[in-house]
Amino acid sequence: MSTIENYLAPSSIDDAAAALAAGSATIVAGGTDLMLQAGSGQKEYAPTLINIQKITEMRGVSLDGDTIRIGALTTITDLLTDEIIAEHLPVMATMADKFASDQIRNAGTVGGNICNASPAGDGIVPLLMYKAEAVLASKPNGSTETRKVPLDEFFTGPGKSVIQENELLIGVDIAVPPAGFVGGFGKFGPRPALEIAMAAVGLGGVVKDGVISDVRVAFGAVAPTPIRSAETEAALEGKKLDETTISAAGEIASSSISPITDIRASDWYRRHLIRVMTEEILNDVS
Amino acid sequence: MSAKVDITFTVNGAVKQVSVPANMSALDMLRDQLDLKGAKEACGEGECGACTIIIDDTSVCSCLMYAADCDGRTIETIEGVQTEDGLDPIQQAFVEHGAVQCGYCTPGMVMQAKHMLNKNPNPTEGEIQRGLEGNVCRCTGYRKIIDAVAEVARS
Repeated sequence: MSTIENYLAPSSIDDAAAALAAGSATIVAGGTDLMLQAGSGQKEYAPTLINIQKITEMRGVSLDGDTIRIGALTTITDLLTDEIIAEHLPVMATMADKFASDQIRNAGTVGGNICNASPAGDGIVPLLMYKAEAVLASKPNGSTETRKVPLDEFFTGPGKSVIQENELLIGVDIAVPPAGFVGGFGKFGPRPALEIAMAAVGLGGVVKDGVISDVRVAFGAVAPTPIRSAETEAALEGKKLDETTISAAGEIASSSISPITDIRASDWYRRHLIRVMTEEILNDVS
Repeated sequence: MSAKVDITFTVNGAVKQVSVPANMSALDMLRDQLDLKGAKEACGEGECGACTIIIDDTSVCSCLMYAADCDGRTIETIEGVQTEDGLDPIQQAFVEHGAVQCGYCTPGMVMQAKHMLNKNPNPTEGEIQRGLEGNVCRCTGYRKIIDAVAEVARS
């Protein structure tokens, strides 16, 4: 097992970015994924461990004009009670309600869920549906800079993303969804609690007079990364949400993916779950 | 050997100063450095809740928390639940309902029940089940545990 030579607990984004600029580091927030992965040898520690939990400016949800910022250190539990989430991004609360257990929700963070980059990361699915952008901070030339990456361009494989060694995810930005936007999140596993999803769906759009537009569809646990489904979005855009449209969308959703068969579920079963959950959410919002 | 981190925190009302390896879990620190062996390790993966402690008024799995992250914070473990007047009402209800079989899950169950009742003093049975869903009892004595917690909520 790798050893940690240096431990830092900065209290500002600026200090954390400076520490990241100084050399290779592992970042820890809630620790619920890292402790496990480091303990099992799946992940090695870099020489420096940076605990970012004391950076209070990175926790919480804020609204600035038409943009909502979910700080990276916002816990999954925070999403359940936050008023901005309840008003503008209720599907994030639906997701949080299906996430792990109380103890894990209390420790786990939105940023950690993103950076862990699990193909089955629950939090990522509704964030993709809401067209979230990752906000990354770094300090390459003595001053802290940020860049934004749309979340559907962020993940490159299981556990991998475009985040650079000197960068810190400080939060995600989401444009306030348009009036009339409704959505849902579905996740399936053998029991409601503490499950890694066999498959997950986040789906939303503006529904007016029975017609859905501005459709956004995301799937989890059916590809090497959580994905948006352009094909399912196209099958729904501008359509009347009747039985024919919903059934066709379920069919396209299940045929548009190439899931693997593993210990959790078969390829066939994952396709079935995606179809059923897609249709369920569409029935709910129609 | 990983770097040592000097931390100061409050556990069960007493201020503690310890030096911990940077990769150590809060559970190992409590058990091996502070000799507080109430919190248990069973799965070591956050699936069973036997290591549940309350930190800054919120419950966590101490096996997945870095000891170094306890710095400056306030921890309550099962050892701090009993007062001079006797058992905590949750502990007393567990005794009266026979909610303890082998007892290995009990410290975690009590701490999680305590956290849940702090947040929601009048839970429905469904809310008690949801609140305790991260705690596994391999004797499968869930009925009596739920009854015990429900009685505390009623009284």
